[in-house]
Amino acid sequence: MSRQSLAKAHQKIQELSWEPQYHEPYMKYGTDYTFKKAAKKDPLKQVLRSYFPMEEEKDSRVYGASDGAIRGNMFRQVQERWLEWQKLFLSIIPLPEISAARSMPMLFQAVPNPELHNGQAIQMIDEVRHSTIQQNLKRLYMNNYIDPAGFNNTLRNFHSDYCGTIGRQFAEGFITGDAITAASIYLTIVAETAFTNTLFVAMPGEAAANGDYLLPTVFHSVQSDESRHISNGYATLLMALSDEDNRQLLERDLRYAWWNNHRVVDAAIGTFIEYGTKDRRKDRESYAEMWRRWIYDDYYRAYLLPLEKYGLVIPHDLIEESWNQIWNKGYVHEVAQFFATGWVANYWRIDGMTDEDFEWFEYKYPGWYDRYGKWWENYNRLSRPNGHHAIVAEDVDYVYPHRCWTCMVPCLVREDMVVDKVDGQWRTYCHEACRWTDAVAFRPTYEGRDTPNMGKLVGHREWETLYHGWNWADVIQDMGFVRDDGKTLTAQPHLDLDPKKMWTLDHMRRMPHVASPNVILNEMSDSERSAFVADYNAQGPAGRPAGATS
Amino acid sequence: MTSTETERSVPKPQFTDAEAGAKEFPDSGPSARRYNYYKPAKRKQTHYEDVTVEVQPDPRHYLSQGWIYGFADGSSGYPLTWTKLKAWGVDNPEPERGPGSGGKPVQDWPAHGWHEFRDPNEEWDLTIFRNNANVERQITANVENARNAKAFEQWNPNWVKFVERHVSTWMHIEHIFGLYVFAACNRSGPTNMHNTAMAVNSAHKIRFAQDIALYNLTLSEEIDGFDGTAHVDAWNNDTEWQGVRKVCEALTAIEDDWAETIFATNIIFEPLLGELFRSNLVQQAAPGNGDYVTPTVMGAGEYDYSQRDLRWSQACFGLLTQDKEFADHNKALMGEWLSKWVPQCLEAARQMSPLWSQPDNKPPRFEDSLDRAKNRFAGILGDLGLDVPKELSQ
Repeated sequence: MSRQSLAKAHQKIQELSWEPQYHEPYMKYGTDYTFKKAAKKDPLKQVLRSYFPMEEEKDSRVYGASDGAIRGNMFRQVQERWLEWQKLFLSIIPLPEISAARSMPMLFQAVPNPELHNGQAIQMIDEVRHSTIQQNLKRLYMNNYIDPAGFNNTLRNFHSDYCGTIGRQFAEGFITGDAITAASIYLTIVAETAFTNTLFVAMPGEAAANGDYLLPTVFHSVQSDESRHISNGYATLLMALSDEDNRQLLERDLRYAWWNNHRVVDAAIGTFIEYGTKDRRKDRESYAEMWRRWIYDDYYRAYLLPLEKYGLVIPHDLIEESWNQIWNKGYVHEVAQFFATGWVANYWRIDGMTDEDFEWFEYKYPGWYDRYGKWWENYNRLSRPNGHHAIVAEDVDYVYPHRCWTCMVPCLVREDMVVDKVDGQWRTYCHEACRWTDAVAFRPTYEGRDTPNMGKLVGHREWETLYHGWNWADVIQDMGFVRDDGKTLTAQPHLDLDPKKMWTLDHMRRMPHVASPNVILNEMSDSERSAFVADYNAQGPAGRPAGATS
Repeated sequence: MTSTETERSVPKPQFTDAEAGAKEFPDSGPSARRYNYYKPAKRKQTHYEDVTVEVQPDPRHYLSQGWIYGFADGSSGYPLTWTKLKAWGVDNPEPERGPGSGGKPVQDWPAHGWHEFRDPNEEWDLTIFRNNANVERQITANVENARNAKAFEQWNPNWVKFVERHVSTWMHIEHIFGLYVFAACNRSGPTNMHNTAMAVNSAHKIRFAQDIALYNLTLSEEIDGFDGTAHVDAWNNDTEWQGVRKVCEALTAIEDDWAETIFATNIIFEPLLGELFRSNLVQQAAPGNGDYVTPTVMGAGEYDYSQRDLRWSQACFGLLTQDKEFADHNKALMGEWLSKWVPQCLEAARQMSPLWSQPDNKPPRFEDSLDRAKNRFAGILGDLGLDVPKELSQ
C-alpha cells in the first residue's frame, strides 16, 4: 500500500467513528480529569491491512533468530551471571505487558475521542503480543540454558517473591484507580515514553555483550511497537492540557508516576545492567551513563521540557533527585546489595563480584570500593556453605532495611527514610516522595479537591510480615523455592552447580527466625520509634550501622 | 590499521558451556524443563498454555502478598464479581493472610473453575499475526484481482446501490463490537486466557470493520457514481438499520457484567443478526447480482466468527453450563439473558426484512433466512446444553 493510499485509507476509516443514538456505552472506569470533546487526530493512523503483515514480518525475524540461536548453540556462550537475573526480569515483565493490554479500555470513557480509541485498541493487541512473545522467550531459556530452575517455576515464584512484588507495581499501577492516572500518565507518558528506553533499549545491549542475543531480538521488536504507544499517550496528554482544570491532576500524576517508575525500574534494570554483566570494558556505558542519555536527555530534555510551553509544571526537582540518587547516593548499588543480601528468599543464583568487577565499579563510580567493596568480599567469603549462615544472618556491618510502603523497594538510602502513621498504621517510606504518594496523592481528596476516582495502595506490602517468626527453612519451602531433590535451594549466592557447594534447607534451618521490620515498628513506643528513626537516618552507605566509620 | 587508529572496543565472546545438559545437579533433568506451576488441560502442555496460563496472578493461588493497587471502592485486580456467572470454587473464601500466616498457597489448584478455560484456537502472538495477515493478503488479492478483471462492471446497478448503502453499513457494527464490546471487556476477564481471547476477538472485529471500509473505498474508486458515504446516512437514518443499531448499542451498555456482554453478542446477536445478514442475505444474494467479490470480503469476517470467535465463546460458556458446582445457576442466568436479548434481536431482524426485497435477483425469502438463522442459533444453544427460549418460536 503506497503512502498516499495509506493516508486515504486512514481518512476513510474515520467514517467508523460512532456517536451513540440509543444507548451510551457502560464504562466501569472513571476519572477525575475532564476532557472537552476536542478533535484530536489519531497520531497512529492504524490501518490493520498494513499493521498485521508488518507485525507478522517482525515476528518472523524474531522466531527466525530464535531458531538460529538454538541451532548455533548460543547457550554455550551465555554468561550465567546475566541469565540468572533474567529469571527475575522475565518473571516480571509479561504481567505489565498483559496489564497494559487490559488498561487500554479504561481510557474509552475517560477520553471522549473515538479516533483515539482506535489507537488504544490496537495498543491492546500489541500488548498481548508482547506478553506472549516474552513468555515464549523465557520458555526458550528454560529449555536450553544450563539451569532451568527459576525459569520453570517462574510465575509461581514471581507471585510470592518480594522482588517480584516490587515489579508487580509496574503492572498494577496500569489497571486500577483513576483511568487517566493509571492508563495514560503512569503507563504511556512515563513508563513507556521514559523507562522503556532503559528496559528495552539499554538492557538488550548489555544482554548481547553477555552472549545473549535473543533478548535483544525480542525486546527491540517489542520496543518498535512502543513508539506507537508513546503517540497514544502524547495525544491524550495534549487533550488533557487543553482543559485548565486538569493541570493540578496532571502535575500530581507526573510526580507520582515519575518517582514510582524511577524507584522500581531503576532498581531492577540498574541492578541487571551493573551487577548482571561480565562486560567490564572501561568504555562501556555504566547504567548511570545510559540513564543520563536515554532518560535524562532523550525523555526529560526532549519530551518533558517542551511541555512547559503549555504551562505545565514539570517535576524538575524529582528528576534531578532521581539523578542524585543514582549518581551520588548509590541507589542502584544499594539495591543490588540488598537483593544479594536476601538471596535466600529468591529463586535465581546471584554471582559475587570479582576484582575485575571492583576495578570497573571504582572506575565508573569513584568511591565505590570504600562503600561496597568490603561487603561484596564478605559475600564471596560466605557464598559456599561452610558452617556459617547465609549472609543475611551473619554480622557483616549491614543493617537489614525497612520496606518502603509505597514503592516496596526497601529504604536503602538511609538518610532519606521517613516514617508516618497512615490509615492507623506506622509505615516507613524510602523517600518523602513515596510518603507523599501514599499519604497525599492516593486519596479521595487532593489539595482540597475531590478526587473520588483515585485509587489506593492495598495488599500485604511488606513480605516479611507474612513470615514473622518463621524459620527460614519453612519460609523457603512455603514459597516453593526448592529444587526437585526436595532440599537444595533454587537460589544460590554463587554460580557453582556442584551439589556439594549448594545450600539446602538444612542450612537454612539453623538460622535465626525471620522478623518483620514493620511489625516491630508498630510495637514500638513513641520514644523508641523516634530513637529508631534517628538511628536509621544516621546509618551509613551500604547499610552500615550508625556511627560506623568504614 | 594505521598507527593513529585505536583498536575498537568490543565485548569479547566467551565460551561458558552454559547450555542444557552440560552438568548434572538437582533440577538439571529433562523433567525440570517445563513450566511446573499449572496443570495442563490435556496430558501434554501446549505452547499456548505455556505462554498464557498464570501470567496474571491471583490471590487464591500464589499471590501471597495480595493485589498492590486498588480502586477507590476497594476492589482490585480482577474481581470474580464482575460477572454474575460463577465457576466452581468461587464461593470458597480467599486465604486470609496476615502477620505470621505464611503465603498460604492453595494446593488444590485450580482454586476455581474459571482457570480451566483454554481457548481452543490457542491464540497467542504468532497465531494472531499470521492469521490476520493471511486474511488481509487474501482479501487484497481477491479485490485486486476483481479490479483487474473489471468484475465490478458486471454488477447489477441496483446491487451497486445495495452494496454502497447496506452492505457497507455493516462496518459500523463490527467496529463498535471491536472497540466497545470485546476490547472493553478485555479489562474484566477473570484470567489471562479470557482476556487474551477477548483481545483477539476485538482484533478480528476491528480488522473486519476496516476491511469493509477499505473495500468501500475501492468501490468508490472503481465504480462511477458509487457513493462512498451512503452507508453513514443509512446507519444514521434508515429504518431497516435502526433496530439492529439499537441492539448493537444496547450490547455496549450492559452494566457491569462482561460475561453477559460477550454471551449476548457472540451467542445471541451473531447467529440471529450477524449471520442472518452476512451469510443469509449478502452471501446468498451477491452471485445472482453479478458480484463474486463481496462474498469474499464478508466471508473473511464470517469465518472469523463461525470458526474462531464462536469457538472460544462456546468453550468459555460450555465450561460454565457444565460446571460441577454452579451449572444450574449459570444455566438459569443464561436463560434470563436469552429472554432479555432474543426478543430484541428478533425484532431487529424483522426490521431488517425489507432489505431482502431490494436486490433485483432475490436471495432466499427473509422468513427462510431467519429460519436458518434460528436453527443455527438453536444448535449453538444445544451444544451449550441450554434450552431454546420460547421467544424463538414467535
